Amino acid sequence: MDNNFAKTCPALKIENLTKVYKSGIRAIDNISFEVAQGSFFALLGQNGAGKSTTIGIITSLVNKTSGKVSVFGYDLDQHRTKIKQMIGVVPQEFNFGTFEKTGDIVRNQAGFFGLPPRVAEAKAKETLQRLKLWYRAEHVSRSLSGGMKRRLMLAKSLVNSPKLLILDEPSAGADVEIRYQIWELLGELSASGTTIILTTHYLEEVEKLCDHVAIINAGKIVENTSLQNLLSRLNEQTFLLTIEPSDVLPTVDSDKYTVQRLNEQTLEINISDIGLLGGALQELGQKGYKIKNITNKTNRVEQLYLSITRS
Amino acid sequence: MGFFRQCIASYTLMLKECHRIVRIWSQSLIPPAITTSMYFIVFGNLLGDKIQLGNDVSYIQFMTPGLIMLSIISNSYVNVCSSFFSAKFQKSIEELMVASINNVAIIIGYVGGGLFRGLATGTVVCIIGMLFTEITIHSWAMVFAFAILTSIVFSLAGFTNAIFAKKFDDIAIVPTFVLTPLIYLGGVFHSVSSLPQHWQSLSMANPIYYVVNGLRYGFLGISEVNILASFAALVVCVMLLMGVNIYLLRKGVGIRS
Repeated sequence: MDNNFAKTCPALKIENLTKVYKSGIRAIDNISFEVAQGSFFALLGQNGAGKSTTIGIITSLVNKTSGKVSVFGYDLDQHRTKIKQMIGVVPQEFNFGTFEKTGDIVRNQAGFFGLPPRVAEAKAKETLQRLKLWYRAEHVSRSLSGGMKRRLMLAKSLVNSPKLLILDEPSAGADVEIRYQIWELLGELSASGTTIILTTHYLEEVEKLCDHVAIINAGKIVENTSLQNLLSRLNEQTFLLTIEPSDVLPTVDSDKYTVQRLNEQTLEINISDIGLLGGALQELGQKGYKIKNITNKTNRVEQLYLSITRS
Repeated sequence: MGFFRQCIASYTLMLKECHRIVRIWSQSLIPPAITTSMYFIVFGNLLGDKIQLGNDVSYIQFMTPGLIMLSIISNSYVNVCSSFFSAKFQKSIEELMVASINNVAIIIGYVGGGLFRGLATGTVVCIIGMLFTEITIHSWAMVFAFAILTSIVFSLAGFTNAIFAKKFDDIAIVPTFVLTPLIYLGGVFHSVSSLPQHWQSLSMANPIYYVVNGLRYGFLGISEVNILASFAALVVCVMLLMGVNIYLLRKGVGIRS
């Protein structure tokens, strides 16, 4: 492959991909999209929308009905083994032997990619240490907690140093602490140039990590744009203001925003244009409201996601 | 991924299988030892003296290669069948499907595990047999050739069974309803030439009969069938089953929706 093309070609290119299961269910219907190299790409959709089927096809777990898949310029039908070497995948369900030791699972996964035993051993140690699981290397996997099992799945997907990492709900079931650790790791991987495709139901995760979003609904891509572009479409936002308690504050009336007092210390302000927020806060200050804190009440991506999928 | 890397991947899988067999030694190695001890005690010691074969070989000596082959066949088949099906059932097969290990390396890895268990249990049975009778080896080459090839053939057959299996019942049907009758009617405990003509003709259609006789020839130097033809048939079976399994994996039968 030409060197320049290898540097500029998309990490993933899907053209007219369709999957019809034997049961007759059309899981994905003629979808096309590209993921640029180095991108952190979110693939969103409701349960059964076709996300996992799409990922299954890319990672050779599902046979496609028609269409074309290329990874870093290599066609999946012709270069399956080559493509597998470049991909790391974290499927939705745990897929390791429950009676195997944590260290063995990662070491064997490295071996299945052809890494010699010593290299596999070193790689397994490095990956488990990175995911703070090395101290459980000699424990059988079924003794791990849910969050640890998630991290083990992630460790397995990293042993071949993938250029394209595909994560199907990687933080599902993980507690807040573990989720932040996973986010931190994914951020590091993205910063080091790894292309990441993520499906998740935590839209906060998307807003925090991703730079591009595609939404799949009933097997079709209904949105495919940058996160920035998507968020710029959002006009109305709601903020929660924490104020100093006071009984004698006047009511606020404006045609540009609405204010509702939720309790002694909390106001909810709904604003039609984010550019007007500064003026609104100034007006509130002039009327005697002492604002201590301000937070965005709604997850913006969540709001957009619902409006797109419902329409 | 080049040939050398595929060898490493296959070796990794084989080693994983061998570790599993050793880890579950109480299920994999002890039961055949107990079962064959019973055969040796009941058929060899208690009844064996009353059975005359019409040559210099005692009944217990005649029976020993058959029992070793019985153990090799059933353990090779069951090991690969249950291991691959379990991997499908608990989805750990995905570890192989997403990795760059190719289909041939996957099959070799699993068959390596079946071969290890088949030969390990065969050796255990052989050692137990030595406690009851004197075991002589007529041809080491034939003993190894028939033991190894038979184990490979039945490991490959177990792999095919596991590919098609959708539930646990499906991996028990062939060993229970096909393998067991064929093994017991395949000349493990009796000489087919002592049977009535129509039973002899039926036995000729039983593939187990040929491999039991092959191993018996290796131990005792006696056989009721053409050894070279049996050997050739085993080689053909290996190639045929290997081809079938490669084709099924490439198509994704039973593993990819």
